[in-house]
Amino acid sequence: MTASTPAALPRPDAAAVSRTRRRTRPPLSLSRVLLWIVVAVVLAYLVFPVFIVAPVSFSSAKYLQFPPPGWSLQWYENYLNRPGWVPATFVSIRVAIITTLLATTLGTAASLALVRGRFPGRNAINSFMVSPLVVPGIIVAIGIYFFYAQAKLVGNPLGLAFAHTALALPFVVTNVSATLHGFDERLEYAAMNLGANRWQTFRRVTLPIIRPGVFAGALFAFITSFDELIVALFVSGSGAVTLPRKMWDSLRQEIDPTIAAVSTILITLSVAILLSAELLRQRSERIRTATWIAEEEELGARE
Amino acid sequence: MTTVTSEIAQAPRAAQMARFARLRRLEQWRYVLLLLPALVFLIAFYGYPVAAMLTRSFSEPGWGLQNFEPLLQARSALDAFGLSIPMNAYIRVFGITLQIALIVTVFTLLLGYPVAYALSSVSPARANLLMILVLIPFWTSILVRSYAWMVLLGQEGIINQALIATGVLAAPMQLLNTRLAVYTGMIHILLPFMILPLYAVMRGIDRNLLRAAGNLGAAPSAVFLRIFLPLSLPGVAAGCLLVFILGLGFYITPALLGGQRDVMISMLIQQQISQLNWGFGAALALVLLLMALAIYLLFTRLLGVERVFGSARA
Amino acid sequence: MTDMDQATYAVSGAIGSLGARVIFDRIEKRYGSVVAVDDVSLDISPGEFITLLGPSGSGKTTTLMMLAGFEIPTAGEIYVDEDPIAAVPPYRRNIGMVFQNYALFPHMTVGENIAFPLQMRKMSKAEITRQSGEVLDLVGLPGYEGRYPRQLSGGQQQRVAVARALVFNPRVLLMDEPLGALDKQLREHLQLEIKALHEQLGVTIIYVTHDQEEALVMSDRIAVMNNGRIEQCGRPTELYDEPSTRFVATFIGESNFIDAVVERLDGTAVCVEAPGLGELRAPMRSGLTAGAPVMLTVRPEKIVAVGDENGMAADMNVVTGTVDDVVFVGEMRRYVVVLPGAQRLVLKAQNRRGVQGFARGDPIRVCWNVDDCRIV
Repeated sequence: MTASTPAALPRPDAAAVSRTRRRTRPPLSLSRVLLWIVVAVVLAYLVFPVFIVAPVSFSSAKYLQFPPPGWSLQWYENYLNRPGWVPATFVSIRVAIITTLLATTLGTAASLALVRGRFPGRNAINSFMVSPLVVPGIIVAIGIYFFYAQAKLVGNPLGLAFAHTALALPFVVTNVSATLHGFDERLEYAAMNLGANRWQTFRRVTLPIIRPGVFAGALFAFITSFDELIVALFVSGSGAVTLPRKMWDSLRQEIDPTIAAVSTILITLSVAILLSAELLRQRSERIRTATWIAEEEELGARE
Repeated sequence: MTTVTSEIAQAPRAAQMARFARLRRLEQWRYVLLLLPALVFLIAFYGYPVAAMLTRSFSEPGWGLQNFEPLLQARSALDAFGLSIPMNAYIRVFGITLQIALIVTVFTLLLGYPVAYALSSVSPARANLLMILVLIPFWTSILVRSYAWMVLLGQEGIINQALIATGVLAAPMQLLNTRLAVYTGMIHILLPFMILPLYAVMRGIDRNLLRAAGNLGAAPSAVFLRIFLPLSLPGVAAGCLLVFILGLGFYITPALLGGQRDVMISMLIQQQISQLNWGFGAALALVLLLMALAIYLLFTRLLGVERVFGSARA
Repeated sequence: MTDMDQATYAVSGAIGSLGARVIFDRIEKRYGSVVAVDDVSLDISPGEFITLLGPSGSGKTTTLMMLAGFEIPTAGEIYVDEDPIAAVPPYRRNIGMVFQNYALFPHMTVGENIAFPLQMRKMSKAEITRQSGEVLDLVGLPGYEGRYPRQLSGGQQQRVAVARALVFNPRVLLMDEPLGALDKQLREHLQLEIKALHEQLGVTIIYVTHDQEEALVMSDRIAVMNNGRIEQCGRPTELYDEPSTRFVATFIGESNFIDAVVERLDGTAVCVEAPGLGELRAPMRSGLTAGAPVMLTVRPEKIVAVGDENGMAADMNVVTGTVDDVVFVGEMRRYVVVLPGAQRLVLKAQNRRGVQGFARGDPIRVCWNVDDCRIV
């Protein structure tokens, strides 16, 4: 047992911690070494392609070449100067913001009803609301395409945002519902008991506590819209060309590292969003520990 | 005990019960009102368009089942021309799609299980740190990731260059636009969808059960096979279901990384729609949806909805 | 009151109000086919401290929830000072409540928690500050406004919950297992504090607990609930000494039960025949007829072991048996006695010098006063 943890030198403050940890850590066997080698390879497979794009985007070569023969910022200049790229970015941002606002508002209200309500058909409605997660994108896309062709919404950014909202709603509903399930309903009771009406209870108590879930849902909604390609292929027309649509078109024509530059920007954005989501998660955990303390004391009192 | 009924003006009890029942119903209507906007929106921009599109498979160009006939002609094609003639091209696409989805599911499970297992065996803090490596690709656009594989797998790509530099290959090999590229890209994209539910279930397994099994004389391999593996099966089911259904509907990755022959249903549907064969496109969409639904029902019937999705949500 | 209690509760100014009368009139609550509360009627006097006592699932919390307004009854009405309130939304009832696990808002400080009900009542900032300070003084937590609930101990959180429930001067205060999460010592201390607070403020308190000891210590009156009904309602001593049902006798304190059949009624007492024990007597109770099977109940500490000497007083029931088990529990010994006819009796004897001890297998003769037992 001691042999497996030679690093556990007695640091005074960590001594107690390491003692308990040492007991729970499985012995370092050959199978565990093999396991972690496999894990390292798989994680490398997951992460490597994402980060390989960045060096390409700074390459001075015209074609894909690795390692790059020299460094340059020309592809970023291309992104800024070539027609179409920047407007497409703005369309994407606009559509994603509308989608986020719509999906978050509608989804949060729906989650409250689905988690708190006791009306008939609740489970069926819940399944319907979550189903866009698993229905293949092409099916939604051509359905929307036929509908918009009739409704004259093809090429309209607002139309695209509506379609994206339908795709993003399940993410908001699942995230907010999960937070609501972990929510102690007595807090709402307490607020009403103290004189807050339903709206005040929501504004002052429910929303602040479920905010991490709402933010997470909003993040998912934003990303869903910002990355969405298949619906955009059918209904963006010429009036609502989004960034993914523009990237797709350019991938099908000439592959030059401009797209690597755009990808690098997107990856940076994703990582930034991921990190902020992680920070949010930690914050919500801290709020949750407040109730844990009370529960632990309860357990302690019973022992 | 004190009786107080007579002191206070009595409304007839039945009328009052009806009033309370109305109040309770009103309470539920409040929730329905909260739900209504999202529901109406989803019906307008998802439920109705999809349903209307699917009905076109029976109504376009005229009412009937004519749009499904090309899918049912596989047998006659074989009979008429003999075995040397390939199967009906449409049936072939369904076969390829199922095959790709299945292989991708198997490989994501094989690659994802050890990762989820290892992450679930370390402290939550360390696991969260490693989980970031899973989440970074998860949060990165599918288009960007598919593009990254084009960079890696191309003729002048990094993998070919590396193989030539190390002397394994003399000349670049065709990697891009092959089935292998489709598998590589799709497994990469769908792996997080396998790891996340697996990890959630494995985290929930009580470690004391494993200690108890060890204490009862089970060797580590037996502890894993007899205790851990069965308990992790709900996660396996949820992960496989998710990956398989998402895999069936893939479009971007096979279109970018695959070759001429690697056509999946989604691509076929897109092609038919752009050729204005709307009825047939809708028929293909209906079949694809029914396949996804059948798989979903099969899984949830076999394992119970709660076991499949209750665990994935944890 | 001890000196310490008085020190904790410095005399208050505006906090405190006259309690209201609360009436439950034939309240019923069903969930589908399940009856959670079944025909409960209760008249609670202004300023009374009443406890709803019962096991989980007995309907006590549901009853409280209907009074607070979180559940609408299926039938019946609830009155606070003659006003029917069963259909009034919870936020217009002006009833204070201390929740199980306190339900303090985790994202607000103690000060914000306490200010919350006052803000909802559109009070001025100055008034809020003044009243918050006053109520925190009252519960012995002056200067804690800036802390978050998670930074407080369990006992402190409990006091903040009480302060928040009292700050808007409700005339009725509901407490749902308010001490359930605390350890025994703190619980006993806070029991006395709450009792003192009650006496000082005069507010009507409706207290829910499953802890019979807590109920006995604190309440003016206890309503014992079981299966959605009130089994018995009365002063603590009444419930303990004169349980009217078997459930009450078992739920409050420990009791012996002896199967018997009514033999005859002789005006002041009931004579019953217990198989193997002969004739036993109990105080008169209405509704009994000769030949009816009944159960005789007697508390273990009311039973005394006696020697062989004759000349027992006439108002005593005497039985003989064999000691089957002896347990030493500190201040007393607990004997299990097997009686003829295989009935069992538990008795408790003080550990005092001069009191004879028994060992397992010893023959033993025990007796109890007729007035100490009940027919249930």
